[in-house]
Amino acid sequence: MKKCKMVILLFLVILPNILSAQEKITTDNWLSSPGIIGTFVLIAIVMIIAIVILFVKINGYIDSLKRRQIDTNKMAFDDELVALDDADIDAILEKRKAALKYKLKGNELSGSAIASDDKGLIQRVEKDPNNAYFDEKKKTSLSLETPLELKKIVIYYIGAATLWLVLGTLIGQYLGMKFVWPEMDHQSWLSFGRLRPVHTNMVFWGWSSLAMIGLGYFVIARTSNNKIHNYSWAWTAWALINATVLLGSLALMAGINNGGGEYREYIWPIMLMFAIGLIITFINFYKTVATRKISEIYISNWFILASLIWTIVLAIIGYLPFYQDGLGETVIQGYYMHQGVGMWFMTFTLGLVYYYLPSALNKPIYSYSLGVLAFWTQMLFYTMIGTHHFVFSPLPWWLQTIAIVFSAGMVIPVVAGTTNFLMTMKGSWNHISKSYVLPFFLVGTIFYFVGSMQGSVQAFRFTNFVWHFTDFNVAHSHMTMYGIVAFFLWACIYAILPKLTGREPSQVLVGGHFWLAFIGLFAYMISLMAGGTYKGLSWIEGNAFIESVILMKPYWVWRAVGGSLMFISHLIFAYNFYYMVIGYKKIKSSVLAKPIEEITV
Amino acid sequence: MLNFHKEHKNLVLAAGGVFIALSILIAIVPAFQMQGTEPIPDEKPLTAEEREGLHVYVSENCMACHTQQVRNIEMDNMWGSRPSIPSDYYYSKKRLDVWRQSPSVLGSERTGPDLTDIGNRQPSEDWHLLHLYNPRAVVSASVMPSYPWLFREVDSALLKKDDKVVAVPKELFNKPGKKIIASNDALRLVDYLKYLKQTELPGGTINDFIPALKKIQAERNEGQQAGGLDGAKLFSQVCAACHQETGKGIVGAFPSLVGSTIVTDGDTEKLIRVVLQGYDARTDYGVMPPFGDQLTDEEIAAILTHERSSWGNDAAPVTADDVAKVRQYVEMELNK
Ligand code: HEM
Ligand code: HEM
Repeated sequence: MKKCKMVILLFLVILPNILSAQEKITTDNWLSSPGIIGTFVLIAIVMIIAIVILFVKINGYIDSLKRRQIDTNKMAFDDELVALDDADIDAILEKRKAALKYKLKGNELSGSAIASDDKGLIQRVEKDPNNAYFDEKKKTSLSLETPLELKKIVIYYIGAATLWLVLGTLIGQYLGMKFVWPEMDHQSWLSFGRLRPVHTNMVFWGWSSLAMIGLGYFVIARTSNNKIHNYSWAWTAWALINATVLLGSLALMAGINNGGGEYREYIWPIMLMFAIGLIITFINFYKTVATRKISEIYISNWFILASLIWTIVLAIIGYLPFYQDGLGETVIQGYYMHQGVGMWFMTFTLGLVYYYLPSALNKPIYSYSLGVLAFWTQMLFYTMIGTHHFVFSPLPWWLQTIAIVFSAGMVIPVVAGTTNFLMTMKGSWNHISKSYVLPFFLVGTIFYFVGSMQGSVQAFRFTNFVWHFTDFNVAHSHMTMYGIVAFFLWACIYAILPKLTGREPSQVLVGGHFWLAFIGLFAYMISLMAGGTYKGLSWIEGNAFIESVILMKPYWVWRAVGGSLMFISHLIFAYNFYYMVIGYKKIKSSVLAKPIEEITV
Repeated sequence: MLNFHKEHKNLVLAAGGVFIALSILIAIVPAFQMQGTEPIPDEKPLTAEEREGLHVYVSENCMACHTQQVRNIEMDNMWGSRPSIPSDYYYSKKRLDVWRQSPSVLGSERTGPDLTDIGNRQPSEDWHLLHLYNPRAVVSASVMPSYPWLFREVDSALLKKDDKVVAVPKELFNKPGKKIIASNDALRLVDYLKYLKQTELPGGTINDFIPALKKIQAERNEGQQAGGLDGAKLFSQVCAACHQETGKGIVGAFPSLVGSTIVTDGDTEKLIRVVLQGYDARTDYGVMPPFGDQLTDEEIAAILTHERSSWGNDAAPVTADDVAKVRQYVEMELNK
């Protein structure tokens, strides 16, 4: 309840500002502009979902209290039993024995007549239903089939990712604090300009990418019913990607910056290692899928294979120099930074969700064809919208217009994906009270809808007018890269690791991770959205620039508060990870076989 | 027929092929087109020093907080007199060297002011150096980092003639017998910042900003018609960077205007001259750049009236005619 209060409190603190602002600001009722109203509605959706999750969780708690009550009733019953005399007990036991021996004769319902379908009600009879991917999981325990090498790869990829997450967000938090105390240090290699890309690249290539690829290995092997083509390639790619992040960060701190274009601040010799890592990963995945033991390619593999090729193409286009003088560089920058998030992180993560969500709920995905639709529209629309990062810039107007139009078109893949995930969850809501895997998936899904739609709205010219260049963008980046991608990745990790290792982390700690991350993100997001809006309005009014710096200060404090909660949640996650994998090799599969059934989330 | 559900090869080829085709269409072709722009006739290439400064700018990643693009919407008018056009970037956006690409100077976030025209807006080298040494020395609310590693502390006795001493206020640096001097990197960086000026388009300026919301526009027009230029606002935009909002300046760097005889003198000629032509008569302070080209007579009059009637100063207003007269003298002197 306390957490819930905090969120509401935060909202109340901001609300009066928003309302009173209406009088001060001469800008024609900006509050009623569609973009802004849309954003409010979207945020309200997240709030409501959070409250629902909270209520379900509380309900679960009340249930457990009730169960305790039942236990005491049982004890009273036991006392009663002890008090019974022997003859009575014998009589009861005899009766029970007769009941237990009772057997059906087999013809209670049909009698002895021959079965026939006189009314033509039955259309099809099948003995072995073709649910290749999900139903079987109920009976088989994964651990028996998952080779130790594969387990090791998954665990090491996620392990390295966890390390980069903790380090990268420590840096993010430090950057956030610099807005409040700009004089925190005087080291060149810790200065804001140099450290900012260290944060963004580390959480991109270190955390998200490694976690995705690690989880991807399991999906590829599992849904192809096959062994990974070459285990040692997986290790080479692992080493290359880690080396990229390590060397890239050191280079940036030493002042070696490719040119400051976001997410391509690593110079090419360093980024080349990442590209090679991706190429190796792609070939490895492709060969595994190509030799699959199942005729169909599961939809997850569509997303995963495509995102790998797209990103390889992207890295090459982003780094080739031939067309990058003058504003050529800017066109490529818009393309690159948008495709980086859209074709790599979003596409790959969606692929993971198409596997891990249904498997966690033990049911098939709601609609396969919606998934296919989402796939092709993702490719068509996402590719076109890079220039929406440069609305009103000196880039050609037609490029900007295409970007805006297709940004609106993003509704199709996003709604398709969201519907698919929500409909898959439908009927399994009771999982929310059982574990945190579904809450993580649910928050990820809601943010997928909210964050993407908010992005589309932000591309409209009026909203861009207010929000472009302000801290609102940073709120959007975290809503998506954190709210969607990181939450989905955590959901997948909590869904799969216990099955691989047989060790389930304490639900209290997983809950701590979930709520701190969620509330922290909310504080981070709302404060920057509110502050960013005021900043934009202050610029429109034509006030001196420094006034917009001064007005942001309280919002930057709130961001730092939210950031601390997020960072603490990552420490808890790191501990949970450690708990899940420690000593995984010692546990024998035969021992594992049984717990698996109970663990199934 | 293509069956993507079963044929991995076709699936991968289709996804890859369509993506490459779209990428060529939406990124590579427009990029080639944009690369083909030519410079504006008056546009100046960077000198070797200025280019060196650009390298420092990239190393320190100033683009994390500063944009260099004046958008074609009215609110950006404060950053330049016209919207940026592709030719503006002809000289500065070239590949840096084998290792590093053409710098992304347009930026994507405006945590600090846009720097497209900073060379015009703030031409003072002394200001820039002090600002880089510690931004809060000149702008108390600034959140920009200090860059002390671009400066060195030396013994006053060992000062060389061409060392550039930075006038740091006592509260920030007070070691007897020591001075702060700018390193080569700092000087080159400031060279680059001073290079950043919008080139005038041939044939006069075209004003194609998209007007802001109509209401503001109307208010502005009314304000201007009534001759009501806001001297206080102009002062804080143009002068306060050095002389501060309080008019008190910064001891050792920028002189105080409070009670200054030049400011409050009954004869305003000297005062107007200082603004038009700049001022470098006092060795205990930095150099003031000229503003004659940048400000109109009306604007100068409004600012001076504000200076003469604020912070306890109490002198008669200055009119645009007064300024126009002095401007004429000055031009006559120059012509002789
Ligand atoms: C403890 C958690 C985190 C904190 C406190 C944090 C803080 C920050 C800060 C202070 C900035 C610079 C904003 C500015 O220049 O105004 C930033 C930028 C960014 N961060 Fe984080 N961050 C966190 C986690 C993450 C994670 C997990 C991701 C992605 C997986 C991420 C992705 C980004 C991106 C993409 C940007 C660039 C934003 C833009 O240019 O619009 N951050 N972060
Ligand atoms: C070495 C890199 C940098 C250079 C050369 C630089 C240059 C400048 C200049 C010339 C101004 C004055 C603009 C004007 O008066 O219109 C300024 C202001 C400002 N800068 Fe930077 N900057 C750099 C890095 C940064 C960074 C990394 C930040 C963000 C954390 C930042 C934030 C600000 C802010 C908030 C202002 C407005 C307040 C003030 O004038 O200090 N700057 N910067």
